[in-house]
Amino acid sequence: MSHADTHKLPLDPHDFLAIDSLLDDQEKLIRSTVREWVDKEIQPHVADWFEAGEIPTAELGRQMGAMGLMGMHLEGYGCAGTSAVEYGLAAMELEAADSGIRSFMSVQGSLAMFPIWKYGSEEQKQQWLPGMAAGELIGCFGLTEPDSGSDAANMRTTARQEPSGDWVLNGTKMWITNGNVADVAVVWARADDGTIRGFVVPTDTPGFTANKITKKLSLRASVTSELVLEDVRLPADAVLPGVASMRGPLSCLSEARFGILFGAMGAARHCYETALDYAKERHAFGKPIAGFQLTQQRLVEMLVRVNKGTLLALHLGRLKDDGRLAPAQVSFGKMDNVREAMWVAREARSMLGGNGITLEYPVIRHMVNLETVYTYEGTNEIHQLILGQAITGETAFS
Amino acid sequence: MKVAVCVKQIPDPASDYSLDPATHNLVRPAEQVLDDTDRYGVEMALQIAEQHEGSVTLVSMGPSGNLQGIRQALAMGADKAVLVDDEELKGSDSLTTAKVLAAAIAREEYDLVIAGTESTDGYSGIVPQQVAALLGIPSLTYATQVDTDGSSVSIRRQTAAGYDEVSASTPVLVSVTAGVVEPRYPTFKGIMQAKQKPVDTVTAGDLGVEASPGQAIRSVQPAPAREAGEKVVDEGEAHLQVVAALEQAKVV
Repeated sequence: MSHADTHKLPLDPHDFLAIDSLLDDQEKLIRSTVREWVDKEIQPHVADWFEAGEIPTAELGRQMGAMGLMGMHLEGYGCAGTSAVEYGLAAMELEAADSGIRSFMSVQGSLAMFPIWKYGSEEQKQQWLPGMAAGELIGCFGLTEPDSGSDAANMRTTARQEPSGDWVLNGTKMWITNGNVADVAVVWARADDGTIRGFVVPTDTPGFTANKITKKLSLRASVTSELVLEDVRLPADAVLPGVASMRGPLSCLSEARFGILFGAMGAARHCYETALDYAKERHAFGKPIAGFQLTQQRLVEMLVRVNKGTLLALHLGRLKDDGRLAPAQVSFGKMDNVREAMWVAREARSMLGGNGITLEYPVIRHMVNLETVYTYEGTNEIHQLILGQAITGETAFS
Repeated sequence: MKVAVCVKQIPDPASDYSLDPATHNLVRPAEQVLDDTDRYGVEMALQIAEQHEGSVTLVSMGPSGNLQGIRQALAMGADKAVLVDDEELKGSDSLTTAKVLAAAIAREEYDLVIAGTESTDGYSGIVPQQVAALLGIPSLTYATQVDTDGSSVSIRRQTAAGYDEVSASTPVLVSVTAGVVEPRYPTFKGIMQAKQKPVDTVTAGDLGVEASPGQAIRSVQPAPAREAGEKVVDEGEAHLQVVAALEQAKVV
């Protein structure tokens, strides 16, 4: 079949396996609403934001909050209360624009709002969640430290409770998305009794400093910070009462990883679609490069990875909505979908030749962003160990 | 202020379309979208209803499909919808469409009727005026700005040279151009609530309108492909050749 006939193919190259038929009308409407917003408000600007290393977080927060994106899968307190699949579909559309934009939402909803919603007191929920859902208040999540990443339980940040009941926090948190623009930080620290506790820290509390991390070559359309806590004094009721162990932060990570396993396929899809369009338009040796066997092989490998990963994400989303999704299954999705998205992005980058190295096309931006996505929320290796433990019963972490 | 808005579900303009080989009518898939033109009308209606403690009723004609386009408008914030879905109305001309819409609107309480200037699939551009005539109310057309105090409506009517200011007392019909207001994105809460909002599906008979399309399409020919123009290379005399070509085309 010639190149000119491809538009008459009965199969849709953008939905080859008819995965859309697995979505209901409401899911499609939420997805198309986010896609339309992304196409209009994000795609035209995101390469410039990436190049400048700046994003208009206040304006984006307000717009995303108005639509219902912030904490969208949580119930009450101004949150939209959508399904997990709908949350995943939104993450996918945001990450089709840029991993940094999806990170902005993931951190707000899954890492900052979720622990307050899940483990917070009624007063904490009332105080913070409505403003955060509206996108008027931005949150961040302090777990990782300069010297503890994958082994987060070895954190050095301490929380000392004084006889008055006040808590005093000391330590440093590293690689904190939204840190410099946050109004509130959920900070995890080791208490005097050795337990891991979460604290709701207004970022204007004396002793709290956020330092922006610059010189990044990845996730540039996202704010990344170091948080320094120096005798940060908080009232007794600043602690999250509902959890006192690593289960707290790990449950947040599981929520965020769930968004990532959908989101990564958004980035992969955008790379595949860009490569497909490019291959049909770019001519070499007298015909479109889409007509060469080597190009077709690469496009097909991209197509297969995007479709498999999307099916996997949707399946895990259905399990989550059924209340049957285990953290190790989330690890399966995060591990495989991100590495496959990286593969697709690298292939697309290469297929676009010289054009593939500029920000005029999205592929190198997605490619370098995915290096971060591969690393945060559990590196690929950590997920392999989680899965290894799940199937063997043996822990290989230490 | 009670506002009725004419809206239409159309096949996604980004998708391929096909014509029925027997009737030459557009084949309408179950999955249709809200005509982009109508989003401006819905937004205008919502803003007016918000300012004047009113309600917004959608009025539409065409196959229901899965109601995705209607749900989009309900998700933006409209209160309810009336949809005339009648097999006998397939391929209706403008006047039949206007009779149906007018009959559906007449069953509702309304102070203001809003419509887009023309649909993206039909493009006749005369249905709003026909609806107003059939309802016996004034029509203010091609509005680029709409203001109301609740009892009268004034608009800026787009003209070739600029705009006219025209106004009328309610009840009145206004047709709005794209860009009259910036349509809002549906909120997720709105999308979830849209499922519960009432959609009243009726037939032409229910409205007492004779269901006859009023026209039949005898044949359809593809538009001729554009032919390449003549290239003029400037060797000092090109302006004369251009003027001659314009004179030959009788445009100067």
